[in-house]
Amino acid sequence: MPTTRRQFLSLAGSVTAAGTIPIVTLRPLNATPAMLNTAIRNVVGEAPIRTGKVKIDIPPLVENGNTVPMTISVASPMTADDYVKSINVFNEKNPQPNIGNFHLGPWAGRAQVSTRIRLADTQKVVAIARLSDDTFWQVIADVVVTLAACTEEVN
Amino acid sequence: MAAALINVPSRAKRGDIIEIRTLTAHIMETGFRHTADGELVPRDIITSFTCRYNGTEIFRADLFPAIAANPYLSFFTIAKESGKFEFEWIGDNGYASTASASITVE
Repeated sequence: MPTTRRQFLSLAGSVTAAGTIPIVTLRPLNATPAMLNTAIRNVVGEAPIRTGKVKIDIPPLVENGNTVPMTISVASPMTADDYVKSINVFNEKNPQPNIGNFHLGPWAGRAQVSTRIRLADTQKVVAIARLSDDTFWQVIADVVVTLAACTEEVN
Repeated sequence: MAAALINVPSRAKRGDIIEIRTLTAHIMETGFRHTADGELVPRDIITSFTCRYNGTEIFRADLFPAIAANPYLSFFTIAKESGKFEFEWIGDNGYASTASASITVE
């Protein structure tokens, strides 16, 4: 049975309401740029990372870090012998350096992924694409966050 | 009731690049928040999303606490044949949810 928009929103609302019961306080410890480097090296290994090919569409100034729309696209023909294998997204100052890993293939037709992310602070977002020839390409975006994720008072 | 909204074109021409958009209801509790008593709110997130097109995996995502609540994902694929897209979300505490959508390719 297809879900109507109304049903979905009411369900999503109830889930969100249930989630706001705990009163949250600010977590003092955040990830460091060193953790970012470690997380990137876990994926990339010793391979060199080149800059280019990848594009992040993310607002440069974010009012609410709890939900930040982000689109990542890679300039790739997406043919059987030249395609994007995966896109890994990292952040610099959230409690954890990973945001998401997206696995694609030549059947995608277009190497583009959109999602919504959380940002705990003004920081860098790094997207790294692994191509079918096992080269890595990255792009770094700076995002200014005025209201950090998870620090707002819950009534 | 399904906890997900799926947006797949109902028909497409063979070879067209189509966009698939999914949204599912989930709190995505990060596991880094504390209550006023100082207790850690345990992590409860979706860790994995998979999309299959007539049984073949075409897109997979590993999700982390940095993904916003009610995870939204959009991605592309080439319409090659009529059939079914199956979506699966897997998460903490045994969370599992599925959804599907069909497409007619001309």
